[in-house]
Amino acid sequence: MYTDKVMDHFSNPRNVGVLEDANAVGQVGNLKCGDIMKMYLKIEDGIIADVRFQTFGCGAAVATSSMATELIKGKSIEDALKLTNSAVVEALEGLPPQKIHCSVLAEEAVKSAIADYYRRQGIDPTPIVGCTGDCDACHAHNHEEE
Amino acid sequence: MNKYVYADNAATTRLAPEALEAMLPFLGEQYGNPSSVYSFADGPRRAMAAARETVASVIGAKPDEVVFTSGGTEADNHALAGAVRFGSKKHVITSAIEHHAVLHTLKKLKKEGVEVTVVGVNSDGIVDPAEIAAAIRPDTAIISVMAANNEVGSIQPIAEIGAIAREKGVLFHTDAVQAAGHIPLDVERMNIDLLSLSAHKFNGPRGVGALYIRRGSRVSTLIEGGGQEKNRRSGTENVAGIVGLAKALELSAADMESEGARLSTLRDRMIDEILKIPDSHLTGPKENRLPGLASFTFGGIEGESLVLRLDLAGIAASSGSACSTASLDPSHVLLALGLTHEVAHGSLRLSLGRYSTDADVDHILGTLPSTVKLLRAMSPVWTE
Ligand SMILES: Cc1ncc(COP(=O)(O)O)c(C=O)c1O
Repeated sequence: MYTDKVMDHFSNPRNVGVLEDANAVGQVGNLKCGDIMKMYLKIEDGIIADVRFQTFGCGAAVATSSMATELIKGKSIEDALKLTNSAVVEALEGLPPQKIHCSVLAEEAVKSAIADYYRRQGIDPTPIVGCTGDCDACHAHNHEEE
Repeated sequence: MNKYVYADNAATTRLAPEALEAMLPFLGEQYGNPSSVYSFADGPRRAMAAARETVASVIGAKPDEVVFTSGGTEADNHALAGAVRFGSKKHVITSAIEHHAVLHTLKKLKKEGVEVTVVGVNSDGIVDPAEIAAAIRPDTAIISVMAANNEVGSIQPIAEIGAIAREKGVLFHTDAVQAAGHIPLDVERMNIDLLSLSAHKFNGPRGVGALYIRRGSRVSTLIEGGGQEKNRRSGTENVAGIVGLAKALELSAADMESEGARLSTLRDRMIDEILKIPDSHLTGPKENRLPGLASFTFGGIEGESLVLRLDLAGIAASSGSACSTASLDPSHVLLALGLTHEVAHGSLRLSLGRYSTDADVDHILGTLPSTVKLLRAMSPVWTE
């Protein structure tokens, strides 16, 4: 059901774990919806010097988190903020339609961590980062009823 | 990779070689249409009659009460739609843990004005017959309660429910798709009027099943056409499938007791060992469960990830987590047992069958604890 790329990132996730000296941490999703992503960043001179993630969720949730960390590692904050969910999907060579929300969560996890970075410095992140997903958690889970 | 361990027999099973053997002539030279009068169709005609007798004898029915269908789903649709469309009674009683073949059929029938009472289950996934009795109304057309559940393996008190239905003069249907060939069923002793079964759950072929319809039951047909199956189910018969169904059911019935005992031992070994994993829980009852089915939840991890990891380790299993269902909700069965969404996301079902071995269970038990551990290590919601 998943592409080889998704299965590669699922079975061999990149940058998984906790980053002890992170200076930016964001968590999005919730347990009720079935997926939570936690993103740890170490930002030095405006550059994402290191990154780790932890994910509770399905195969796509793990793979999108893993891919998102790869796409932002070594990038500037500005570039990391430009990461879109469709870029993650594209890098994974596609996701099943019902799993697209996982890629949205991955984008939001990055933004949420960067928002935390600004908050720690007393800067209001909202004008820079925008909505980080935690403003309306679970919104990607609009339940479809016939 | 070592041999692949198939532990998803509740989803479907491997065709028994004996059933395949029995089917082959009817996929080959014996292609006559059983409805034709010439002698060339005698072989298929006789084979169908023999199959019907076999199925009838296994469930305690008469041969002419057995109608072959395209599977369990069709049999369930036929029983429910047939019962409410026949007369003026438009109320149905069912349970919260039925398969979608029942629940989605009822959802559709509601649009035709059918009213449905859904009775809940206890935390073991078992229906209380008293609740069924209390829900009966003068306009109740049919009670439909499954014989055994496909996700948590709970065996339902269908003999008690059958007795209640009989006493009140209400039709009683049981979806015995998971039960047939695995636990004893007797339509007389259990007062069952309609019973669905499906070949591929007992090592028969996929795409063929049967509906038992008690003589005199007031049930409309579902599929109209050439009048096959004594006008109860039209369409040229799937002779090979029907022969395979009967052969597989005959095999299952012949060693039901010994296979049941063997599988229950393997199942209980899995349950005992797996419950040693921290924050692991059995779903469904300890007793009164299908011989081959063990189901669990694990805190801090998500079921689809677990299933994918097990697949990488050479094990086929399944989960009722939201991510593994087509919708974004976890299984309605797990929720009906009172599990929260949070807990239900971490569900796993391991279902053994005729070809499962001790070595298969060894492999599962050797793999699962480390797999759970690995996923927990990367989970933001798990703390040792
Ligand atoms: C309890 C139950 N009812 C009905 C069905 C549907 O049967 P089939 O796949 O033969 O249509 C299944 C299996 O998928 C089942 O487990």
